[in-house]
Amino acid sequence: MRTVIFRTVAPYLSALMVLFSIFVLLRGHNEPGGGFIGGLIAASALAIFGIACGVASVRRAIVVHPMSIAGFGLFIAALSGLPSLFKKQTFMTSQWLEFKFFDVDVALSTPLVFDIGVYLVVVGAIGSIALALEERESD
Amino acid sequence: MTQSAIDTTLLAVLAPFLAAAIAPFLTRHLKHNAAWLLALVPAWIFWHFAGFVGPVSNGETFVASRSWAPIYRVDLSFFVDGLSTVFALLISGIGTFIILYAGGYLKGHPQQGRFFSFLFLFMGAMLGLVLGNNLFTLFIFWELTSITSFLLIGFDHLRAASRRAAIQALVVTGGGGLVLLAGFLMIITVTGQVEMSVLLQSPDIIRESGFYVPIFFLILGGAFTKSAQFPFHFWLPNAMEAPTPVSAFLHSATMVKAGVYLLMRMHPLLGDTDLWTTVLPVFGGATLLVGTILAVRQTDLKLMLAYTTVASLGLLVMLVGTSYERALEGAVLYLIAHSLFKGALFMVAGTIDHEAGTRDVTKLGGLRGAMPITFTAACLAALSMSGLPPFIGFIAKEVLYYGTTGAPSAAVWLTITAVVGNALMLVIAAAVAIKPFLGPKVETPKHAHEGPILLFAGPVTLSFLGLVLALTTLFTGHFFVGPMLSSLVGKPTEVELHLVPPYFIGNVPLMLSMATVALGLVLFWQLDRLRALVAAILSGPLRSWGPDKGFDQVIAEIVSLSSVITRALQNGKMQTYMALTFIVTGVAVLLPGYLTGGWPAMPKMPSYHFYEWGIFLIAVIGLIAVLVAKTRLTAIVSLGIQGFAVAIIFMLYGAPDLAFTQLMVETLSVVILALVMTRLNLTPRDHRSGGAALVTGVIALAVGLGLALTLIAITQQPFDRSLSDFFTEYSRSIAHGRNIVNVILVDFRGIDTLGEIAVVTLAGLCVLALIRVHTPRPKDADPAPEKKGEAA
Repeated sequence: MRTVIFRTVAPYLSALMVLFSIFVLLRGHNEPGGGFIGGLIAASALAIFGIACGVASVRRAIVVHPMSIAGFGLFIAALSGLPSLFKKQTFMTSQWLEFKFFDVDVALSTPLVFDIGVYLVVVGAIGSIALALEERESD
Repeated sequence: MTQSAIDTTLLAVLAPFLAAAIAPFLTRHLKHNAAWLLALVPAWIFWHFAGFVGPVSNGETFVASRSWAPIYRVDLSFFVDGLSTVFALLISGIGTFIILYAGGYLKGHPQQGRFFSFLFLFMGAMLGLVLGNNLFTLFIFWELTSITSFLLIGFDHLRAASRRAAIQALVVTGGGGLVLLAGFLMIITVTGQVEMSVLLQSPDIIRESGFYVPIFFLILGGAFTKSAQFPFHFWLPNAMEAPTPVSAFLHSATMVKAGVYLLMRMHPLLGDTDLWTTVLPVFGGATLLVGTILAVRQTDLKLMLAYTTVASLGLLVMLVGTSYERALEGAVLYLIAHSLFKGALFMVAGTIDHEAGTRDVTKLGGLRGAMPITFTAACLAALSMSGLPPFIGFIAKEVLYYGTTGAPSAAVWLTITAVVGNALMLVIAAAVAIKPFLGPKVETPKHAHEGPILLFAGPVTLSFLGLVLALTTLFTGHFFVGPMLSSLVGKPTEVELHLVPPYFIGNVPLMLSMATVALGLVLFWQLDRLRALVAAILSGPLRSWGPDKGFDQVIAEIVSLSSVITRALQNGKMQTYMALTFIVTGVAVLLPGYLTGGWPAMPKMPSYHFYEWGIFLIAVIGLIAVLVAKTRLTAIVSLGIQGFAVAIIFMLYGAPDLAFTQLMVETLSVVILALVMTRLNLTPRDHRSGGAALVTGVIALAVGLGLALTLIAITQQPFDRSLSDFFTEYSRSIAHGRNIVNVILVDFRGIDTLGEIAVVTLAGLCVLALIRVHTPRPKDADPAPEKKGEAA
């Protein structure tokens, strides 16, 4: 599987896929996409990069253990439900913050944080499974 | 009583739990002297409940209540009447001295703080139990006493005998607690009431309900296990593995009386029926005889006392079982007397052990000179236990004989049992209190001398109380026995106690008393021969089997049964799990249609475009490729083809999100499955026989067919638009999003998603662990890459 072509292309392909996954994640609220699909795309990117260039380089590239990414995702997803409590609303009632940034309407919200959490969980969990499975053949 | 005083009762029940929290810190700083400070807590509780004695003796009752989980009718509700007041006073009063005693007994023990904590936890549980008004509250505290006694009995957890005794006590009393819960739930269902105080207003409600018999036996199951009635008596002597303060507290004064308390509490509701007056005296009498006979055989001071505790509990159950007022009065008196003398004697036994280094009665003697104060306490307590005047034990025995001789049925048998039991009790009392102290001085492992005040404060006070209560009969009768008896019989009752019998000629109880003493003295004179006789009988056929061994057998059977079931269901083969899952799925989707005959009609084939046909064709080709594939890898990839075709179908029918996800999931499944193949070294080819393939084929077809039929049936139902309309309408206006699927996922049903991602995270962790387990790291290879991965 580790042909020269694949190894040359894989880093660019993975980078593009991660970029695309973030795009998919952010557009999710209004267009097809979202955290789950984005996460799957990013996890595929990690898997491809791992097959092509070895798991060790993937682990170096993402710095932390993929399972920690998943754990952090779960953490911020749970955290995103808390702000509503300060306004005496039930857990996970969505909160919105809309403002203008250089003439662009920006809408930040707790569902967005939650979706990012979903994204990280999927990347982390699926990514770590894929990497663990790839481990032997690459090292 | 003011309302605030009544409400303080709640605090009084919670106070031991607070004390349990601070006890370790205090003990760390003050060492064993923390006992002085900690004993203030039960002393305050005692003082608090002493305030109730006056009003309660006038027939008043109080309820203190806090709402807890009102939906389930579970309230923290406590009921103060004659019965619970006397019990609360015993628990807190004896508890005060137990705390002091524990301070001296475990002086310098590294875990003394923890021990205080456990004792306080137990005290709180016990208080809650005897005061519990709401049946759920009562049950919770009931189980808490089992759990805390588990901790206390297993305190010396490095010894296997302690651990076994602790588990045994927990299994027996905890199991009984579950039976009790069933009984309570039944009472609640039948009567619709959860408050004991309300139930007692209409005492006949259960007896007339038609569910009396099951309720009776369920309540009995709880009471008999807790109060160590034959044949559940075996856990109590084993529990003597615990440090002596525990034995003195749990196994004399409080915990084992919980069962008797329950029977007394339930007497107005369940008592005075043929069933009650038959079952209880039979089991109680049997327990009394078994307990005393086994006690004679022992030479260990604590075990002798433990078996007489079993016997005393049997006596109490027997008396309560007669439902005769004088017998009940005897039970009340004997309960109070027993708590005092047994608590004192246990502490004496512990002091002897602590100071002389042994508890074996045959190796002790002549300690009176070395331990005069302890000797005095032991004598007073033993005289009360023997039922000699002028002690409370004497009055109890007189009233008790009035009760048994006047009992409406089987009076002769009850009386004979009581006389024999009491005579043997006298033998044990003499053996415990006299043998170690009198006679020639015997060399003991330690040089015996009087213990510190922490050790003798308890036994001295308790044994003197046995004398004081007897000398102040009017006071005792009016304030303690009368109110408690009123709770038992369910109507205000006054009692008249006599320390000096009102007449002597023809006084049957007095004559029985004298017979008891005479018989006891003869037996004590022949104690060694008696012990040898009992040992000879017990070493016969009874030696090889008994309830204690039976317990081990039951536990071993449960363990082996569960391992058989586990091995059958969890055989570690993926094939079995998958096959079972799919068979159950198939049956679940096909069975309803088969039973009702409600197979859906085949819908009319809509006309498809040619490219749609093309996609169907691709899916079918993918499936055929799966079936004919030579290697597993090819099959996996071919299955992916079918998945992609389905994704495209989703796309064509206007579900881009679904199609998108399906596409990604298919891709990743193929990648991961292929990786699994290589990683786990699975054989590339499928080696199953034709028969096995046929079986899996049938299962697969059945599940597929069932799901297809279910889908067809569902789509033929009229479509309910209410949810779609809701989401279409509000997705934009409330959740500010146009992608309804995503809005549902992250906003409307966000908590579902939160649960799902938690599952994904856990699944990831589990898979990671599984992969690590199944491929052990090569030992000689360079471990650096693995390590890097973990550190990263």
